[in-house]
Amino acid sequence: MANTRGKSFIGRFGVHIAVLIFVAIWTIPTLGILVTSLRDKDQITVSGWWTALTSSTQTLAGRLPGAPAQVERDGKFVIEGNIFESGSGEVGAFGTRVQAPTQYAAGETAELNDGVTMQLNQDGSFVLTSPQAFEGDRGQRVYYSALQPPSFTTENYNTVLFSEGIGRSFLNSLTVTVPATIIPILIAAFAAYALAWMRFPGRALLIAAIIGLLVVPLQMSLIPLLKLYNGVGAFFGVPAKTYLGIWLAHTGFGLPFAIYLLRSYIAGLPREIMESARIDGASDFEIFVKIVLPLSFPVLASFAIFQFLWVWNDLLVAMVFLGSGSDQLVLTGKLNALLGSRGGDWEILATSAFVTIIVPLIVFFSLQRYFVRGLLAGSVKGG
Amino acid sequence: MAAQIFSAILVIIVGVGGCVAYFWGANKLLDLAFPSRGVAGRAAIDNLRRQGIVRPWLFVGPALLILTVYLIYPVVDTVRLSFMDRAGQNFVGLANYQWALGDREFRTSILNNFLWLAVVPAACTFLGLIIAVLTDKIWWGNIAKSLVFMPLAISFVGASVIWKFIYEYRAEGQTQIGILNAFIQYIGGTPQVWISIPFWNNFFLMVILIWIQTGFAMVILSSALRGIPEETIEAAVIDGANPFQIFWRIMVPQIWGTIAVVWTTITILVLKVFDIVLTMTNGQWNSQVLANLMFDWMFRGGGDFGRGAAIAVVIMLAVVPIMIWNIRQATRESGEGH
Repeated sequence: MANTRGKSFIGRFGVHIAVLIFVAIWTIPTLGILVTSLRDKDQITVSGWWTALTSSTQTLAGRLPGAPAQVERDGKFVIEGNIFESGSGEVGAFGTRVQAPTQYAAGETAELNDGVTMQLNQDGSFVLTSPQAFEGDRGQRVYYSALQPPSFTTENYNTVLFSEGIGRSFLNSLTVTVPATIIPILIAAFAAYALAWMRFPGRALLIAAIIGLLVVPLQMSLIPLLKLYNGVGAFFGVPAKTYLGIWLAHTGFGLPFAIYLLRSYIAGLPREIMESARIDGASDFEIFVKIVLPLSFPVLASFAIFQFLWVWNDLLVAMVFLGSGSDQLVLTGKLNALLGSRGGDWEILATSAFVTIIVPLIVFFSLQRYFVRGLLAGSVKGG
Repeated sequence: MAAQIFSAILVIIVGVGGCVAYFWGANKLLDLAFPSRGVAGRAAIDNLRRQGIVRPWLFVGPALLILTVYLIYPVVDTVRLSFMDRAGQNFVGLANYQWALGDREFRTSILNNFLWLAVVPAACTFLGLIIAVLTDKIWWGNIAKSLVFMPLAISFVGASVIWKFIYEYRAEGQTQIGILNAFIQYIGGTPQVWISIPFWNNFFLMVILIWIQTGFAMVILSSALRGIPEETIEAAVIDGANPFQIFWRIMVPQIWGTIAVVWTTITILVLKVFDIVLTMTNGQWNSQVLANLMFDWMFRGGGDFGRGAAIAVVIMLAVVPIMIWNIRQATRESGEGH
């Protein structure tokens, strides 16, 4: 369809620009989080992430050395030094009062009280002179705006993984996701085979029921299951919020889609293979294990990806069926909690968010083919 | 922590092993109970017939059991609970529904849900269609598609953090670190606390879902567009149709079925939207929606199961028409197939 008609250069150029704009809108938000997670946490608060590659201006406060550092020169008392301990940086302006931190430009000489003068140069070197001797150990307070060179760090990742509890939550998420992805596959595959290739009364009704259950909102299940879990927990004297509970819940919620997807694929397998196997004396069980399962690998992979993403990204089921202690809090729940407790700390939030989304993104990009195939099979078939 | 990893691995082994053992064992048991080999003629045929009756149920049994416990029973019980008091002990008739009608927050939620339903499916489908058509015409279309598709893998919570950062607000005159307010300030406007502006904040939340779901619409519609016969478009070109006419009059009408599927799928998702509202505003500033309100009542003040259930039923009622349409569509198809 693409090249069936001639297009003007401008028309084609316009398409490229339009797509570029769409791509920008769809990637920039995520890029913002990634860049922010790698920036120095002081810089995050003073400049936008899109300026991460340029120097940023920060207003800083410092104190010059006190009386012990003074030397007498030409009848005046002088304190000299450099405000940047590391030796890098650029002063834009300075001041001695917090109300006017940029009163004087860099290099200008400021007249302070009692004939004291102060000069702060662009490179951070300062000269403080006084006609009388300086007294006291505490030196002159100074405020200055400094141009900081861009700095990137992985320190934020260290912080969130090991002291904010994201590392532990990562493990919890894995604990929830892997069994909740694997368990439904086999159960669904057997049911799908029966619904596709075995004749029994009530089959059509079951298929209709599964298509109906496909769209039942999760909200309809939560309260009765919560009651059920609490009841079972109290009856057997075990905790109501357990990993086993959430594994089963995710299995139940994922089954309709699993059966639907697998059935439509298995039903499309060539009839001749099944029949020739049957003539050779293979039972349904053998046909399923030796023929259907291996042939269905693509659709099993599709479903596994779906279920993995859905369980990993789920917040609602985890909030209802798991506790909020550090031993059970999954990544999405942890991120939600951090939004409440660390509201403005973007170095924490951005980094945690990136840790949360990195696994699904890897799964997604490496297995996109299966994902798309499943998506097409799962939704177009119905319509 | 090690114990946790160990127990997870154990569950995988026990779970998968248990499933295999069940299916294999039940199957074996059936063969033993009604042997078909090594038995004389008529008895063998009888036994084969009996096996044929039982075996499908062995295969669908576990799935049926789990579906019953986790979906069918809860749906019935939620409807029952919606007529009960907060602890689910006493019958209260329609009291929960009457409360809902009179509750300001519930009415706001209904209104907002309608807004979401009106905007999000339409926006996703429209944008998805546009991007699908455009990316089909350029050599790097697949890369572009892949990038637009990417947010689909991101959790709603993750996406909320990403967008909260975009909407981040600093007082006027300060350096804005949220890209939206930085842009507004750059063009000379006043920075806003976007998510707390009543009514309009709904749209800022919707943007997040649209951002996530457009890729879904794009992929499905793109595949449908590829299925359009070349001849129909060529004929239109020969007849002198311009690109817009080709798009609206020739291409779109041929993929109505797919558009309907995309639209209804996103509609159902919108009805269940919860995470975005919880993490962005938790329903403050008139941005409440039904799913979040339901979650709230599940736990508010120790939990009011009656009201929570009533809200869930309202969500369910909105889904029922789509459910019926889907089932009829599917049964009609399988009817044609055989």
